This record gives sequence, C-alpha cells and structure tokens, in this order.
Amino acid sequence: MSSAGRTASQTIAAFRTGETNARDLAEQTLAAITARDGAIGAFLHVDREDASQQAERLDERRRSGQSLGLLAGLPVAIKDVLCTRGQPTTCGSRMLKDFKPPYDAHVIERLRAADALLIGRTNLDEFAMGSSSENSAFQQTKNPWDATRTPGGSSSGSAACVAARMTPVSLGSDTGGSIRQPAGLCGIMGLKPTYGRVSRYGLVAYASSLDQIGPFATDVAGAALLLEAISGHDPRDSTSVNRPVPAYSQSVDQPLAGLKIGVPREHFAEGLEPEVASVVRGALDVYKSLGAELRDVDLPHSKYSIAAYYLIAPSEASSNLSRYDGIHYGHRTEAFKSMAELYAGSRGEGFGPEVKRRIMLGTYALSAGYYDQYYVKALKVRRLIRQDFDNAFADVDIIAGPVTPTPAFKLGELVDDPLAMYLSDIYTISANLAGIPGASIPCGFSKTGLPIGLQLQAPPFEEERLLRAARMFERATDWHLQTPPLS
Amino acid sequence: MSYDVIIGLEVHVQLQTQTKIFCGCSTAFNPDQPNVQTCPVCLGLPGALPVLNGKAFWLAVKTALALNCEIAPFTKWDRKQYFYPDLPKGYQISQYDLPFSHDGHVDVVTESGGERHVRILRAHLEEDAGKNLHDESGRGRDSQVDLNRAGTPLVEIVTEPDMRTAEEARRFLEELRLLLTYLEVSDCNMQEGSLRCDANVNLHVHQPDGGKVATPIVEVKNLNSFRFTEQAILHEVERQWEEFQRTGKTIKDAPKSTRGFDPGRGVTYPMREKEEAADYRYFPDPDLVPVTVTPADVARVRAEMCETPISRRQRFQTDYQLSAYDAAVLVDQGREVAEYFETVARAAGDGKQAANWITQDVLRELNDRQLTIATFPIPAPVLADLLGRVHRKELTLKSAREVFAALLESGEPANIEQIGQVIAEKGLAIVQDAGAIDAAIAQVIAANPKPVADFKSGKAQAAGALIGQVMKLVKGADPQGVRERLLEQLKSLP
Ligand SMILES: [Zn+2]
Repeated sequence: MSSAGRTASQTIAAFRTGETNARDLAEQTLAAITARDGAIGAFLHVDREDASQQAERLDERRRSGQSLGLLAGLPVAIKDVLCTRGQPTTCGSRMLKDFKPPYDAHVIERLRAADALLIGRTNLDEFAMGSSSENSAFQQTKNPWDATRTPGGSSSGSAACVAARMTPVSLGSDTGGSIRQPAGLCGIMGLKPTYGRVSRYGLVAYASSLDQIGPFATDVAGAALLLEAISGHDPRDSTSVNRPVPAYSQSVDQPLAGLKIGVPREHFAEGLEPEVASVVRGALDVYKSLGAELRDVDLPHSKYSIAAYYLIAPSEASSNLSRYDGIHYGHRTEAFKSMAELYAGSRGEGFGPEVKRRIMLGTYALSAGYYDQYYVKALKVRRLIRQDFDNAFADVDIIAGPVTPTPAFKLGELVDDPLAMYLSDIYTISANLAGIPGASIPCGFSKTGLPIGLQLQAPPFEEERLLRAARMFERATDWHLQTPPLS
Repeated sequence: MSYDVIIGLEVHVQLQTQTKIFCGCSTAFNPDQPNVQTCPVCLGLPGALPVLNGKAFWLAVKTALALNCEIAPFTKWDRKQYFYPDLPKGYQISQYDLPFSHDGHVDVVTESGGERHVRILRAHLEEDAGKNLHDESGRGRDSQVDLNRAGTPLVEIVTEPDMRTAEEARRFLEELRLLLTYLEVSDCNMQEGSLRCDANVNLHVHQPDGGKVATPIVEVKNLNSFRFTEQAILHEVERQWEEFQRTGKTIKDAPKSTRGFDPGRGVTYPMREKEEAADYRYFPDPDLVPVTVTPADVARVRAEMCETPISRRQRFQTDYQLSAYDAAVLVDQGREVAEYFETVARAAGDGKQAANWITQDVLRELNDRQLTIATFPIPAPVLADLLGRVHRKELTLKSAREVFAALLESGEPANIEQIGQVIAEKGLAIVQDAGAIDAAIAQVIAANPKPVADFKSGKAQAAGALIGQVMKLVKGADPQGVRERLLEQLKSLP
C-alpha cells in the first residue's frame, strides 16, 4: 500500500513494524504531491532534499535501535504560517516572500522530536485572513472534490493536501474557523484545540488572543496522534497552559456512554442551506441511534459573534502586522524619499487587499475616541459568548451543529463580497471567542457531491471528550472513507 | 508681574537585570558591536512571543516601594503603537491604564536647606527601543539600526508638577539616583543612558487681579545629565517668560510642545512635531498574561530592601551624633562610602572622629587620586585601627595624619600591622614616661627665663612657645599632657 492511501496510524505502524522505511514513505508522499498537486495547488514549497534527509536520519535511528517518537515516519504538511528554520515561511504574502526564519516554532520542534517527516509548506490565505485561499499572494488552492470550488480557508492547502490523500495529516491554524471550515468543505477531520493547549510560539500571529494551531487528518485517530504530539506547556508562550496532556491517541477509541449532545437553536436558523441542515440533522440522528441524548441549547449571543470577531481580530492584526514595515526584513519598496514613504510603499506593495482591509478596520477600532465604542464593547460581547457556552455545557457534554452554512462555494463567487465571505465562519467563530475546542468531521454530501461537515464543540481542555465523540460517529459511518476524485 | 515655575519630570531608569524584560538576551552595554544581543523575540521576528522576566518585575516593585508608591494588586501590559525604525515590532510593550504602581513621593533637600515634597504620579514598566545610527559624514544616506538595547527593562517614573526651581529638579534627580543605586535596582549610569529625563516646564504668571495665567507647557526631551537638566530648565524659564511678555500666549493657545536641549549653546530648540496629535492606539497585549501581586509578594520585596538614604542620614545623626550636614555628605557619596564610614565609626568607637576623617581626609584623597572607595588603599578596618589609637590617646591627631599619609604613599593596600611599623619607624608613639617629660620641662624652663617671666606676669600665650620646645625634646609626647604639666610647674614657680 502506498503511503498516500494509509491513515496516520497505519503509516506509523507500517514504519514501526518494518513493513516500510522512512525513505519509501517520504518518496511515496513526494510522488503523490508530484502527481496530484498540479491540479490542487496545496503546496507552496516542498524541499525534497530536506524531506529525504529527514527520512534517512530516521531510518538510521531505527537501524541503530534508538527509541522512536510518537509520530515516527509520519509525513506531515505544514501551513506556511509556522516558522521552520531555514525554510521559507511566507504566510501567503508578498511581504514575506523571501523570509526564512532562523528558528523553529514550538510545534515544529515537537514534530521533529516525535520523529515526524516534515514534508512541505502549504498554501493559505495571506496571514491566515480569509476563507477561500483566494487571498494567497501566490496561488489558489482547489477543492479536491471539485476543482472549480474553494477548499475553504485560511488553512486551504493543509486541508486540501489531506483531503487529496497527499499526506495523512497536516497542521493548520484556526482564528475564526480556519481549520474547521476548510475541513468541513474538504470532507476531512479538523480540530481547533482549546486556547492555550498548543503553544503559539513560532506561529506568525494574525490575532493573538484567538489563534490556535491544530491538526487535520483523514481520520479521528490521526488528529488525536497529532494533537497529542503538539500539545503541552511551553514557557516561551505565556498564554500556553501548564496542564497534563492526556494520551489522546490511546483513549480515542473508547465510546462515550450517556453522551448528552446540545443542539444550538441559533445554528439552525436563517442562513443555513436546507441541504446542509438536513445532512447535519441526519448526523445527529446517528448519535441518537448510538444512545446519545439530544437537547436543545441556547447560545443567545452567538448572533453578535461575527461583529465581535471583526472588531477584535482586525484590532490585534493591525498591531501584529505593524512589524512588516520594510525596515528589518521582508518586502521593501524601491522608491522612497522619506521614512513615511518607505513604510507606506513597503506595506502598500507587500500586503494584499484583505489584509489591508483588516488592518484599516483594526486601526480604526483602536483609535482614540472609538476604542470604547468598538474594541471594549466587543470584549464585553466576547465574555457573554463565553458565558453562553458555560451555561450550555452545564447541561450537555458536547455541542453539535453545522460547520458552515453552505457546501464549498465556487472560487471567485464571493471575492467581491467580503461580508458574504465572512459569513462562512458564522458557526465556527464563537469557539475562538470563547477559547473552547471545536472539531469538524465529515458527515455527508450535498446532492452535487460536495462534503458537508459536522461541528462538535466541547468545554475547555475537553479535547479527549471531543475526539472520542468524533470517533463514535466515525465508527458508525463511512463518510471519512470517501475519497475525492482528485486523489 | 511675577511668576511661579512649574516643573514635572518623567524619568526613565534602566533596571539592573542580566537579561531583557521579555527574552533571555543580555542587557550588557555594548556600543561597539550592534545587534549581537538579540533573538527572535527582541527582534520582533514573526511568530516570536514575549515572556515576562520575573526578576525585572520584582526589581521594578522594589523601585516603586523605594519611591513610597502603592503597588497595584493587578497589572497588565499594553501595546503603544507607532512606527519608528528602532521599534522592531511597530509597538512598544508598556503599561497604560493599570501601571504596577502609583501615588508615591520623594522628599528632596535643597542646597539652601529647604525641603520639597515631590509626589510620584506613577511608575510603570516598559521595554526600551533600539537605537538608530545615522551616517553623519554627509556623504552616504544609509541609516542603521542597532537593537542590542531593544527590550531592556525600563521603569518610567512620572512626577506631579511639584518642583519650583531648576535646582529642585536637579536635586530630585540626584536623590533618585542615590536611592536607586543604594537599592541596587539600577546603576543609573547617565553616559550609558541608564537614567534619562524629560522635563515638563511652564510658568504660572501672577495677574494684577490676583489670578494666575499658565504659559504653554514645554516638554524638553532626552536630558542625559543633571547639569543639562538644570540648564535646560533655567533656559526654558527665561525663554517662556520672554515669549509670554512678547506674545501673551497661554496654555489655551497651545497646550504643549516638545523641545530638545543643545548643551553646546545652552539653549532649547523646537523639535519637529507631527501635524496631528499622536494616537498610540493602546490596547492590552494579548501575548502577555496580566500579573497579580499579593500583599505577601510586596512584603517579601520590602524585606529584601536595604535602608534608604533618607533613613540612613537620620540614623547617622542619632547613632553617631553627626550633624545633618556631615550625615548628608557621607550618605550622598553612595552606599559604599556610607558603609565604609559605618565600619570605621563602629570599630574606632568614635563616630564624630570617623566622620571628620572621611568627609575631609579620605574624600580629598579620593578626589586627588581619582580613586573610588573600593580602590582606596586604606581599607575601613585599617583606618578604624588608626582612629582607635587616637581615641585611646595612644597617638596624636597629628601623628595619625602622618601615618595616614605614609600608608597612602606605599600605593599598596594597607594592613593593620603597617600602622605599628610606621609608628615605630617615625617614633610617633605617645611618650607616657612622666619622668622624661618633667625633665624636659625643667630643662626648657631653665633655658627660657624671658618667656617664663612673661607668663608669670600674666601673658598666658607665652606658654605656647615653651610647649613647642618641650615637644621638640620629647618626640611623641601628647601635647595636651605636656601643656597640663608645664602650666602646673610654671604656676608652682616662685
Ligand atoms: Zn532577545
């Protein structure tokens, strides 16, 4: 079996048992990328030589009898927003076209320590801002189920490369839904952990208080493995939480007895396509048939989540992106006469329109005279949204609903309508505002054959519960076994 | 018309930490090799995150306690945003609405002996920026940025506008430096930029109707010496008074402007100002968690604090019966001199004597020889031994000075044995042999009939010449003892 068809657990097992070696795993992965990525456009950068060297070192380690890490032999693709020493880290932006960080992100260190094979850098919406891959400065990634459609965003490449079975797993980042939305649109598993569960050190910041790194996988076990490898305290990120990491990969197969699932009324209201609603309802029925109890829950402030998000995230982004000024590194304009022209020219040329739009939104929201009216108010709403979840979780173990209001839309369809684009994150954003974990699992298809995702959300640090609930569903269905035509 | 001068200061003090405030890079002063004390965090590289240096924080709390400030139980970090090449992230991590301390005071004694109570509005922590290096040859147009200093911990101390003269402002800074160096929270090295000051100055002009009119406030930026601060304020007062008389402009016409100080010409000059007021768009830094400080934390820091200069001045007066002036001279020399004094005073058993020697002889020698107390060749126990001998009347004051000079001359660090050696070599020991002294007195009386007769006829000062002659005959005699015996014998003459 080629590595391209294996799940993460199967790949690791094949390597551990000696059925295959890391060099073959790397080569099969590189071959799959060569064969398929022309049609998908998931990868921005693949350093074949580096991948081969990693594989050789790993084979050597196995030969010499050294102990092997949790992910030994597993090819992982990385969203191009995570710093990797000596590899381009472009964030999908002209601004960082030639930037190679001198250091590894915490999660990259963890992957290396777990003996994973870092296989390449995947496309994204510029600085993780967007929902369709159309904001990437370099290329558009296509949905493996239908190349005329978006794979979602901003972790577009990471979702598409797993959906197209080029790698069994990948890493993305999720600020308002950037893992769950593309996972839903591409028909794979995607998980955004609790804020603080995974260190953000080395993740190029979009909105620091919302960003969280998480896994994509073809199955729940793969996500559990990757999450287990990257979680845990990092003293270099003061928002990283010092709590023990459960062995997610060990517990994932244990079904949850007496599971109470909350169904938020607000997630089945106006704006949800009937087709998506009925597929998601069908998924909830599957849970019912497995013995879970469904209860209606209320998230009364969820209607403000988009508004709060588009004040908080751009405010933080306007600040986080100030460092790209043409002075120290990154793009610098050629023509300038003064310092102000150097800044304006470099930023004007380096950033794309969506990034500029959000910087301007944030600059406005933080400016004197508007701060209380916008930013402070948004923080208050954020607290209320968190309270809604706390109240709901007093009654239920898991909250379930749609990931997106529609299946994958056509590339180009919403480019000129940013507000409509923003609505594709309407069900995912509140988890980031509340800091809770959320996952998307494949739960069916539209009539036109596009995947539809089911979102599961859990209380803070209950990723174990989330994964076990996801696996219960996966075991009872075969949606995750469907592979797209471009695979 | 007359006016009051209103002065408030904003002082930036660099904390004496080994590492920067949000990363592990060294804070050593390194003017020669740019950008060698940097890492992804202080360079502001994409993805790098700050983590608070606990030592810097507790050092800052110590600083604030020394300024009699209240310590906030909850404090957070804010971003102050502006574009400048020496600011790598495009924002400075600082504290805005919830500084870690507030409402303190420092009492300053002026040279005339007056006292000024200066209130501290707040002290907050922030990171320093880097440094822009411009090509000053006039040929090239390259500017370079050195980020060695970026991320160095600074405490910004903001006073209320409580100072009324340039001298008070200078004395405030001197007292502040003394306080912070005593506590070892900062080296306050102004050449290396460890202590920098902005002065806010304006005038309140008395009106004929009894009211007052304020002139526009001027902030004089980046004053890096006590003298420049005083000079800049003096100039600014003169300039504002002249301008007010000429234009009548008040704070209502222009609330505030920024000026620099040219030490060469002794004048302030206008700095380029932005068209609009700066909007720093402060907001809480989402990368840093807030800090909570418990009363137990404050108690722990307080327990680690040494005596402040103010309480030491008072204690020296009560413990050693020093004048306020002598106590201030000793304490104001810095912690090491004060501790040198205290060692000598205790061991010699004579605080007054120790103060005299140190404020006069020792400080003079330090000054003449360009030494610090740490490099002074006579350690405190040696001086204490010498003064102890004087105190026990084993040595005259004059002889002690001779020993002191001899110990200094060797250039090597002196030890106690050397005192005995010098006394022996120079024969400086006080002669306790009453017989020898009496014999010398008899000899002198016999040889000097004229002064003896003068004394007997009531000219008391004639005894002086006789004492001198006796002292010449008996080296090391105690002049007081000689005087007493001589007068006794003269009186007993018929
Ligand atoms: Zn550093």
